[in-house]
Amino acid sequence: MNTFANNAIVRLEDVHLSFGQTEVLKGIDLTVNKGDAVSIIGPSGSGKSTILRCINALVAPQSGRITVGGTRVDQLTKESERIALRKRVGIVFQQYNLFPHLTVLDNIVLAPTRILGVDRREAEKLARHLLEKVRLVEKANAYPGQLSGGQQQRVAIARALAMKPELVLFDEVTSALDPETVGEVLWVIRDLVRDGMTSILVTHEMRFAEEISDTVVFTENGRVVDRGSPEQIFRNPDNPRVRQFVSGLSGHNAMRDGEGI
Amino acid sequence: MTTATLLEPRKRSDLLRTVGFVALPLVILVWSFIDLTLGRELVEWIPYLASGFAMNIVISLSAMALGTMVGAIFGILELAPYRLVRYPVVAYVQIFRNAPHLVLIFATTYIFPFEIVIFGNYLPFPDWVKAVIGLAIPASAYVAEITRGAILSIATAQWEAAKGLGFSRGQAMRWIILPQCLRRSLPPWMNVAASITMGTALASLVGVHELLHAATDASTAVRRLDFTIIAYLVVMAAFFMLCYPIARLTRRLERRFNAA
Repeated sequence: MNTFANNAIVRLEDVHLSFGQTEVLKGIDLTVNKGDAVSIIGPSGSGKSTILRCINALVAPQSGRITVGGTRVDQLTKESERIALRKRVGIVFQQYNLFPHLTVLDNIVLAPTRILGVDRREAEKLARHLLEKVRLVEKANAYPGQLSGGQQQRVAIARALAMKPELVLFDEVTSALDPETVGEVLWVIRDLVRDGMTSILVTHEMRFAEEISDTVVFTENGRVVDRGSPEQIFRNPDNPRVRQFVSGLSGHNAMRDGEGI
Repeated sequence: MTTATLLEPRKRSDLLRTVGFVALPLVILVWSFIDLTLGRELVEWIPYLASGFAMNIVISLSAMALGTMVGAIFGILELAPYRLVRYPVVAYVQIFRNAPHLVLIFATTYIFPFEIVIFGNYLPFPDWVKAVIGLAIPASAYVAEITRGAILSIATAQWEAAKGLGFSRGQAMRWIILPQCLRRSLPPWMNVAASITMGTALASLVGVHELLHAATDASTAVRRLDFTIIAYLVVMAAFFMLCYPIARLTRRLERRFNAA
């Protein structure tokens, strides 16, 4: 697992985290190399989203080492240091969380201009370029409330990219979408991964994870149960639990129905 | 149900409102024409009453401006992560939100000096300014509560999204949370504005020359019962014309925001 260690941009070692009495992460190890796409799969409540939140310091683990691009995240004590980290790590949420009072363009421009101090014109240029990438140029002046879920999620991706992050975390970004718009969001992520953007995805879209991932990690109950190439995890799982999970997904997409939201 | 029946109650209540809006001025006008001696007396006193009403408007605008500025800041401080900041502000808000306006106007009038000395210069401290402060204090307490409530009503996901992009707490507040609060707090803010505007009449009790005071002056000078009645009708009509549009606008904004 450490073959490409020099290339690692994210590394978690023995990360433990509890919320009160509930132990959510029970010793997570994870390495993500630069330019790779890593999918984290597993049943609900296995701590997948929490792993992402640890990586950009939205939550702090009780023990373990987290390194992101040379920064020891677990040793950050000041809020300003955590902010500096979050500028480098983009995150896209399940519920998109766009800013409803701003147009699509302003949603994307806000962080670069207000946080990084980028010139407004330059930020707009980048924003339009990103909107092109997510195929929403024509919606630049629309408000989030006027967009479909899939469109909002694509704007959220563009908004995260506008900060020119070193890696992007995708937290179940299609779980809240109706099936018709899932495809357009996956398209955008697929493009990003092909362009070499380092991505960590928590997802229930198994077929998609299989297609785009360099590594798939299976977690359950706060532990990594198995990891490997998509082929190994989905086609020839050694681990009996993974085999059971994967075979339970008829056509890989049954999860979407089971997931509810 | 047809559109016509759906529209009807709305139309009727609009009509009622319009009647309400013109009824008082109409009574004043008709009465003045029926008894022309009364009408002439009233016309003579109108400029004096108007000068008084101008003071009500000045006090109301100043108190709301001051109260809104202080209140918005206090509302944010009520949610400050530091107890040392939060507790005094919460105490201020709770005390002054529950104090009668008249008590505060009396307090500011008799506590503050009639003039202040700044670098050896004597600056007058007129009573109407004290009334402004007396009304700005409760206004700031109400606005603080409105601001605090609006901030709390913004989904935590908005904070999280801001945090995820690298916004500090202060930046998120300034660029993401507060702009959304503005919309939500406008209707309750206008309620406060209407209540403070009506409260300006209390300033007459500490000798400020405003509309109610002017009407009392006029009725004392004229010494006619019918004139006294019509003078106070003018006072009511004036306040109604000022406050009612605010109330209407508030209701319309509330409807619009509820629909959005």
